Amino acid sequence: MTTYLITGAKPYGGDAADILLKDGRIAAVGESLSATGAEVIDAGGLIALPGLVDLHTHLREPGREDAETVETGSRAAALGGFTAVHAMANTDPVADTAGVVEQVWRLGEQAGLVDVVPVGAVTVGLKGERLAELGAMADSAARVRVFSDDGHCVADPALMRRALEYVKALDGVVAQHAEEPRLTAGAQMHEGDRSARLGLTGWPAAAEEAIIARDVLLAGHVGARLHICHVSTAGSVELLRWAKARGVQVTAEVTPHHLLLTDACAESYDPVFKVNPPLRTDEDIAALRQGLADGTIDAVATDHAPHAVEDKESEWAQARPGMLGLEQALSVVVETMVETGLLDWQGVADRMSVRPAAIGRLDGHGRPLAPGEPANLLLLDASTRAPVDPAALASRSRNSPYAGRELPGRVVATFLRGTPTVLDGKATR
Amino acid sequence: MKRHLLESADLDRADATLVLDTAAQIDQALAGREVKKLPTLRGRTVVNLFYEDSTRTRISFELAAKRLSADVINFSAKGSSVSKGESLKDTALTLEAMGSDAIVVRHSASGAPHRLANWVRGSVVNAGDGTHEHPTQALLDAYTIRQRLGRLEGVRVVLVGDVLHSRVARSNVWLLHTLGAEVTVVAPPTLLPVGIGSWPVDVSYDLDAVLPKADVVMMLRVQAERMNASYFPSAREYSRRYGLDGRRMATLSDDAIVMHPGPMNRGMEIAADVADSVRSTIVEQVGNGVSVRMAVLYLLLGGSPA
Repeated sequence: MTTYLITGAKPYGGDAADILLKDGRIAAVGESLSATGAEVIDAGGLIALPGLVDLHTHLREPGREDAETVETGSRAAALGGFTAVHAMANTDPVADTAGVVEQVWRLGEQAGLVDVVPVGAVTVGLKGERLAELGAMADSAARVRVFSDDGHCVADPALMRRALEYVKALDGVVAQHAEEPRLTAGAQMHEGDRSARLGLTGWPAAAEEAIIARDVLLAGHVGARLHICHVSTAGSVELLRWAKARGVQVTAEVTPHHLLLTDACAESYDPVFKVNPPLRTDEDIAALRQGLADGTIDAVATDHAPHAVEDKESEWAQARPGMLGLEQALSVVVETMVETGLLDWQGVADRMSVRPAAIGRLDGHGRPLAPGEPANLLLLDASTRAPVDPAALASRSRNSPYAGRELPGRVVATFLRGTPTVLDGKATR
Repeated sequence: MKRHLLESADLDRADATLVLDTAAQIDQALAGREVKKLPTLRGRTVVNLFYEDSTRTRISFELAAKRLSADVINFSAKGSSVSKGESLKDTALTLEAMGSDAIVVRHSASGAPHRLANWVRGSVVNAGDGTHEHPTQALLDAYTIRQRLGRLEGVRVVLVGDVLHSRVARSNVWLLHTLGAEVTVVAPPTLLPVGIGSWPVDVSYDLDAVLPKADVVMMLRVQAERMNASYFPSAREYSRRYGLDGRRMATLSDDAIVMHPGPMNRGMEIAADVADSVRSTIVEQVGNGVSVRMAVLYLLLGGSPA
C-alpha cells in the first residue's frame, strides 16, 4: 500500500502542516515531515477536512440504472469529497430486506470509491402499512442503522411510534421524510405568493412542521432516536430547537439546495428545480442557515436525486422531483455558510462529517485529522470559483440545479482509508 | 409584441392595448363584409395542440386562424401519438418539423406553454394551462368591457368564484390591473390561494357587500366536484352565498354588466334569468373571442414572412 505525504495542507483551514498517510491511517500530522518512499502530494494552500459523510443519497440501483448506479454515484460522491454515503431505500426492488441492502452494500464495496451504507426501509415496500424486517437488515453484512421510507412519510402515527420504539434495540434511528400526505396531495411547489401566481398546487410549510411536531413528541415519549430528513422551513427549525431544548433525541439535516435556492426558481417552470420538499423562501433559507450554524440542524445531507432526461424534460407537474447534489454540496456550503461567516472550517467538518457519521453510527468516519485515525480526508481548493457544467459531472444524470451558476471551491483530492479516490480533481477509478 | 403569448402577467399596457385596438380594427374591417376573411396569414400554418377537451376555445382559435387565411391543423391529444406516450417536447418538435409557424396550446399542466416555448422556434400561444393562465380569455374579456363601458381605466370589476383553480381569474387579475381597472375577488376562503395577499386586488368573502359598487361582475365556473374535496359544503350553499341570481342582480348599478367565460353551470354560480338578461355579455364574449384571437395571431405572425 502506497504511503502518501501531503505537504503544506491546512487542516481545518488552520496553520499549514504535513499529513502522512500510511496503512490506511493518518500516521503523523506536523511540520516538515519526511518519509522515505512516500508519494508526495503538494497541497500548499489547500484545506484538509475529514472525508464527508452523506446521510441521504439516492443511488438508484437496483432499478433505475439508467439514472445512476452505485458505481457512478460513488464516483460523484468521491469527487464531492465524500468518503461515506447512505444509500436511500426507495429503489426497485425496495431495500426492505437483508438481501437488497446486502446487494447495495456489495456493489459499493466493488466500486470501492466511498463506503456505501444502505438505508433500510421502515415499512414493507415503503407502503406505510407494516414494519419491514428491520432487525434482519441491522444484522446483515450491510449493518443498517438508519431506517427511512424517504420519498414517503411514515404517516400513520401508531406505526411511526412502533418504528421508533423498535429500532432502539438496534441502536438505530428512524429518518423521517416529514410530509403530511393529505396536506400535500398533488403538491408541486412551496405554497405562497409564487404558487398562487404560477398556478402550481402548493406544498404548505405546515405539512412538514405538523409531522415534525408529532414525531418529536413521539420520540420523546418512547425515548427513541429520531432524525428529520431535508428540513426546509423556518418553522421546522423552531420546532427542532424546542425539541432539543426539551432533551428529545432528535437530529436533523438540511440539503445544499435548501440553503441556496428559493421558490423563485419555479418561475421558469423548468422541472430541474422541482424537488420534494420544495424550494422555499428567503426567510426559510435564513432560518435554515442560522439553524445549521447554531447546531439546531446537525448535518448537511445532499438528497442527491438523479433522474433520467425524460423524467425531467417535461411539463412541471409530470416531472419527477429531485436534483443532483453530491458534486456541489461542499461548494454550496462554502458559499452559503463559510463565505457568509456562519461556519468556520471546523464547523463544516462537524456538520458534513462528524455529526452525520455519529447519526449513522459509522465508526470509521467523521474522525479527527489526527495520528492514528482512519485516513479519510479531502483536500479543498477554496480559492477558485467556476460555473457548474452538468455535462462534466460524474453522475449518470444531468439534473443539476446549479447549471451555469458559479460556485466556490474545488475538491482536489479525496482519500478513503489512505487510498486516493480523487487526485488532481479526477476520480482515480 | 413578444414572440409568444404565454401569460397576461407579462403583457405591458402598450402591448395589451395594441391587441385590443387591433381586434377593433379587424372587427371594423370585417363588418358588413360578405366574405369574412383577410389574406394576412396566407401560407402560414397554425397548429391547435389541445391536451384537454375544449371545443369552444379550439373552435374560436380555428376560426380566427382561418379568417386570417392561415392553414390550420387541429392536433388533439386523444387518439394521437400522445396517447402512445409521446412527450410534449417530441410532439412539439414533430409539429415544427412539419412547418408550423405557431402552436396554440391547451394543457392541463401549468407552465406547459412555457416549456414549449423553449423547444420551438415558432410562436407559442397559451390557450389555457392548468390553473395558471388563459391570456386570450382575459383579452377578450377586456375587449368586451371596453366595448360595453367605453373604458377600462378605473372600471370596478368583481371576480366571483373558484379563483384558486381558475386560469381565467389569474389572467384577468393581471391584465385588468395592467389596464387600470380595480379588481375585487370574491370567493369562500377555501377557493382563494394562500398567496393572494400579493395580488393587486381587494379580497372579499361577501358578495352582497361588493355588488352595488361594481361596474362588471365576472362569474367563474365552479366545478361541483370541488364539493367532494370540502372546498364548500354543498352546491346549494355555494349558490346561496356566491351565486348570482335575480335578487342579487337587482342590487347592481344600472350600467353594470355580467360576464361569464363559459361553460356556465346554470343554477350554480349563475341563475338562468341572469345569464339571459340584457346585462349579460356572455354571447358577445364568444364573438369577441374570435376577433381578439385574430388580433393575437396577426400580431405574433403577421409582421415577418415565413
